[in-house]
Amino acid sequence: MQNNKFYSALFAAGITFVLACLMIGVKLDTEGTTLAIRGATAEQWTWIGLGISLVFLSQLFSNQIDAFFGKLPTPKLSSLLPEEKKMATLKPWLIAALIVGMIIWPFMVSRGSVDLATLTLIYIMLGLGLNIVVGLAGLLDLGFVAFYAVGAYTYALLSMYFGLSFWVCLPLAAGFAALFGFVLGFPVLRLRGDYLAIVTLGFGEIIRILLNNWTNVTGGPSGISGIAKPTLFGLEFTRRAKEEGAQTFHDFMGISYSSSYKVIFLYLIAVLLVIFVIYLINRLMRMPIGRAWEALREDEIACRSLGLNRTAIKLSAFTIGASTAGFAGSFFAARQGFISPESFIFIESAIILAIVVLGGMGSQIGVILAAIVMTILPELAREFSEYRMLMFGLLMVIMMRWRPEGLVPMKRPHLELKQ
Amino acid sequence: MTETLLYLIQQLINGLTIGSTYALIAIGYTMVYGIIGMINFAHGEIYMIGSYVTFIVIAGLLGMGLVSLPIILILALIVAVIIASTYGWTVERVAYRPLRGSNRLIPLISAIGMSIFLQNYVVLAQGSRDVALPPQITGGWTFGDPSVFEVSFSYMQALIWVATFVTMTALTLFISKSRMGRACRACSEDLGMTNLLGIDTNRTIALTFVIGAALAAVAGLLLGLYYGVVNPFVGFIAGLKAFTAAVLGGIGSIPGAVLGGLILGVTEALTSAYFPSEYKDVVSFSLLVLILLFRPSGLLGKPEVEKV
Amino acid sequence: MSQLLLDVQGLTMRFGGLVAVNKVNLTVKNRQIVSIIGPNGAGKTTVFNCLSGFYIPTEGSVMFNGKEMAGLKDFQISRQGLVRTFQHVRLFSKMTVIENMLVAQHRHLNTNLLAGLLKTGSYRRLEQEAMDRAAHWLKEVDLLEFANREAGNLAYGQQRRLEIARCMVTQPELLLLDEPAAGLNPNETKELDELIVRLRDEHEISVLLIEHDMGLVMGISDHIYVIAQGTPLADGNAEEIKNNPEVIKAYLGEE
Repeated sequence: MQNNKFYSALFAAGITFVLACLMIGVKLDTEGTTLAIRGATAEQWTWIGLGISLVFLSQLFSNQIDAFFGKLPTPKLSSLLPEEKKMATLKPWLIAALIVGMIIWPFMVSRGSVDLATLTLIYIMLGLGLNIVVGLAGLLDLGFVAFYAVGAYTYALLSMYFGLSFWVCLPLAAGFAALFGFVLGFPVLRLRGDYLAIVTLGFGEIIRILLNNWTNVTGGPSGISGIAKPTLFGLEFTRRAKEEGAQTFHDFMGISYSSSYKVIFLYLIAVLLVIFVIYLINRLMRMPIGRAWEALREDEIACRSLGLNRTAIKLSAFTIGASTAGFAGSFFAARQGFISPESFIFIESAIILAIVVLGGMGSQIGVILAAIVMTILPELAREFSEYRMLMFGLLMVIMMRWRPEGLVPMKRPHLELKQ
Repeated sequence: MTETLLYLIQQLINGLTIGSTYALIAIGYTMVYGIIGMINFAHGEIYMIGSYVTFIVIAGLLGMGLVSLPIILILALIVAVIIASTYGWTVERVAYRPLRGSNRLIPLISAIGMSIFLQNYVVLAQGSRDVALPPQITGGWTFGDPSVFEVSFSYMQALIWVATFVTMTALTLFISKSRMGRACRACSEDLGMTNLLGIDTNRTIALTFVIGAALAAVAGLLLGLYYGVVNPFVGFIAGLKAFTAAVLGGIGSIPGAVLGGLILGVTEALTSAYFPSEYKDVVSFSLLVLILLFRPSGLLGKPEVEKV
Repeated sequence: MSQLLLDVQGLTMRFGGLVAVNKVNLTVKNRQIVSIIGPNGAGKTTVFNCLSGFYIPTEGSVMFNGKEMAGLKDFQISRQGLVRTFQHVRLFSKMTVIENMLVAQHRHLNTNLLAGLLKTGSYRRLEQEAMDRAAHWLKEVDLLEFANREAGNLAYGQQRRLEIARCMVTQPELLLLDEPAAGLNPNETKELDELIVRLRDEHEISVLLIEHDMGLVMGISDHIYVIAQGTPLADGNAEEIKNNPEVIKAYLGEE
């Protein structure tokens, strides 16, 4: 038995060496017009050596390692929460406290933190939107970023060409994104799971390429800049009013200008949007359509035999998810003041998907947590920023092996028959 | 011969060249899908790694003073195939095999994670910028009227045609004649049954991945030499295109992957010849969408009947 | 002579070169229980699939209430009042019993988004009606006490009953049951027997069932069709079929 382990450990170490020897061990360098190779630095070879040893040892002692991890208790988040009945009465208070806290908080911290929080809220919105499509309806959409882009460009263009305000454009952007979702979804939603994934990926890429090349309308690679920021009943949050005859916020309030007001205002809008989306999804889950999504995910054939039109049901999830992305997109454009196709690449779709999957498909709390972790962690670990995407990919693989149901497995609200 | 005709012939030559490389990569997708019903999202990255290894070996051997090009290329091929196959094997072993049997979404997400991981791994190991290799095989044949239009058929293109043809033939012989090849075919028909018959399906599946990776490495070498440039992100688009080709021809069918690859290559060449070239990707993806909408089983596939 | 509820003429289903169903004719009148029997692999479930729209028949016509069904999609046929069950129980196992019953009534509910979001009067009324209908049927099949339990946690026999109740709550006219007695013990089979008869007598629907349990079939059927290898072999009432030499030969006798 020991012999067997030794050989398999040797084999694994050998594989690791083959993988690393050229790809890491040798570096390509362009010297003038010729291509040359350079051996890796001593430090890099040390890392390679370490890696090989690690693989060797972990294979050799794999039984002991498995036993050790087997004894560790799997974290059950549910055990941290108080029991059901107390939760029911506590919940409204908790939510109220949370909302109040979120509104007061930005006035007490630095501008940078508020800005980061706003970015997190955008990803929360996107994650919740994709959660409807992937988590609730079970449709794998790899091109979600396309709807995000539609929302952003809709606001940018409407604001630039027609001078429409942010608040007017918000529902329009959502509607336009929903329309795109309908048009895109209608032909493809009857496809099988993985085919649907690839097709939606293709759509996402098509939209990005079109945005990049339709320079007359979308500004091409340089995008659109100078996008108007949102106003509060017409009050602008700038130092001096940009619009004819408009007043600035600080003039109106009789206080001196501070750039934090703009940042906090944007943050509060984001909070409002997120609360709206959460309310929307909670209602949807308790409505017939939410039940239909769940049923469709469980057994599509049974649904068909009961008279449910699966295409219409899938389409509703797709469209609603798309409109949420439209919301997020138009807010994103308003916040940045500038958009370009660079912000809407496939990786964004993958990140949002990861948020949904890692958070727990279907679970809103899980998605929110995952979005927070995804956005804040890279900020905290600045020195590791170049490893960010690497860790991200690795994390996806690890999570699928370790805990595919996500951080917070979904707990559906069940409809009860009152006897 | 008129100019339009000569121009068209040129496009066909270019298209078939690119198309055959798509075919090589597409076979990897189609074999894996045929056997375990999963899209190996990371396959494009294997092709990219194959390209990188090719560049490393060629640059290294040239730097060491080796002059004989055929020897350099053969060595590059061997090393690239070995290393790419190892990557292919490892990816399957680490990211897919433990997840076999769970619902479709989970292995797919693992595959996406693997793809992102490999891309960024190469970014960290080799840098994210383009790496250029001076053209190694130059020259070719030309025909046509110099005053109207000259069609050129470069040696590099000829090499790609020949290499692809040889590889396909070898693969077909392997699949149809050898014992392991029969095991592959049996597994793609009915995995459960094959397992019950005592065939080591894990080994067969691993072999499928290895073969796919080897072919991707060949494509990596050929395209690396053809374009002369590689960066960590070439795998993504190439992977999507190759998958389109596999679906076009009928996923699960090797001749289908070849046919799909060639058709896709020619379509792309014709599109970029007569329309602005940025839109050629749009055409490829649109082709994918159209095929999945109207004939999801592909050109050479059999329409599936759902068992209720 | 009342109009035929279901009139199937020349139903044929071909898969490539294989003929799975070969010119099957059958009729079902109002308030009738009709059974289809035959050796395993005879194509009976394929017939069901053709009738319910899961397969598009290669040839033949399926007239339901005077309207042609062949060629329609599965969910469209179901909405016409022709619903079916499956050989393997297909419940939404992670959803509760009552939710299963509500999903089945999807098209009777107000699915308008705005109405649901704002909880309008019509929305709430229809939800309540659906709940009442669900409760009524759960009581009929004796599952009311399990209303809030996850469907997957029910015993097999209870799951079978739930499947039938779920079909009934869609207000069908014809119920297609695919081997409803499979896996049931004699007691449960007797209950099923009584349930099917009740469906015909009290709820005025017709039932077309595929079964292997000859006791059940001979006991409750008004009419029996025998299909072997996709081809009609015989039809008649219980007595005629029991004594038909062709049928006995095809079956090598049962009971």
